[in-house]
Amino acid sequence: MVKPTRVTNRIRALRFAHDEMTQAELAERIGVTRQTVIAIEQGRYSPSLEIAFQIAHVFKVPLEEVFHYPGSQEETT
Amino acid sequence: MSKILYITEKVMTLEEKRAWIRLVVAVAAYGGYVVVVLGRAAGRPLAEAPYAAALLWSVGAAIVAAIVAEVVAGAVNPKASRAKDVRDREIGRLGDHVGQSFVTIGAVAAMLMAVAGWDRFWIANVIYLCFALSAVLGNVTKVIVYRGSFPQW
Repeated sequence: MVKPTRVTNRIRALRFAHDEMTQAELAERIGVTRQTVIAIEQGRYSPSLEIAFQIAHVFKVPLEEVFHYPGSQEETT
Repeated sequence: MSKILYITEKVMTLEEKRAWIRLVVAVAAYGGYVVVVLGRAAGRPLAEAPYAAALLWSVGAAIVAAIVAEVVAGAVNPKASRAKDVRDREIGRLGDHVGQSFVTIGAVAAMLMAVAGWDRFWIANVIYLCFALSAVLGNVTKVIVYRGSFPQW
C-alpha cells in the first residue's frame, strides 16, 4: 500500500543557518540534482542513508538534527 | 529576495523531460498508426487492412522523434542539469517495472493467439498495443512520481 513518508527534516532551516546556502549548492556538495534536494526538503522523497549522512556532514551536525522520525525520541529515552 | 526562497520552483531534470517526451511520442505514434489503419480499412474487415508499412513507419518514426526531441530539449536549455542521480534511477526503475507488465501481457497474448491460429494482423497489433501501453503507463508513472512523492510501501 502506498503511504506518505513520516520522515521530516530541517534542511531548509539548516541551509538558512549556513549563510543561506542554496539548494543548488547543497545538491552539488552531495552529488544529486537540485530537484532531488527540493523533493527531500519538501518531504516528497526519503533519501538513502548515504545521502542523509552526506547532508548531515555538509551542515556538520548529527543525523538526528537533520532528519526526524515520529516516535524515535520517545523510544530512545 | 532571499536566494533561499526559490524552494518550490518547478524545474525538470533531463530525465523528467525524457519521460514527458517518450509519453507524448508514444501516444502520438500509436494514435497516428490507428488513424492510418482505420482509414485504410475503409469499410472492409479490419484484418484485411494493409497495416505492416504503417506499423513499421510508426515504430521507426517514434524512435527517431524521441531521439530528436531529446537532443532539442538539451540544446534549447544547455545550462540545464544533465545529471542523473539516485532518485532519477529509482523513478526510472519504478516506471520500467510498471511498464514491463504490459510487455509480458502482450507477449503471452501473442503466443496464445498464434497457438489458436489467429490472423497475423491481430497478433502484430496486440503486440504493438501492449508496447504502446507499456511506454505510456511507464512514463505516466515516472511523471507522476517526479511531480508528486515517491511511494512508500
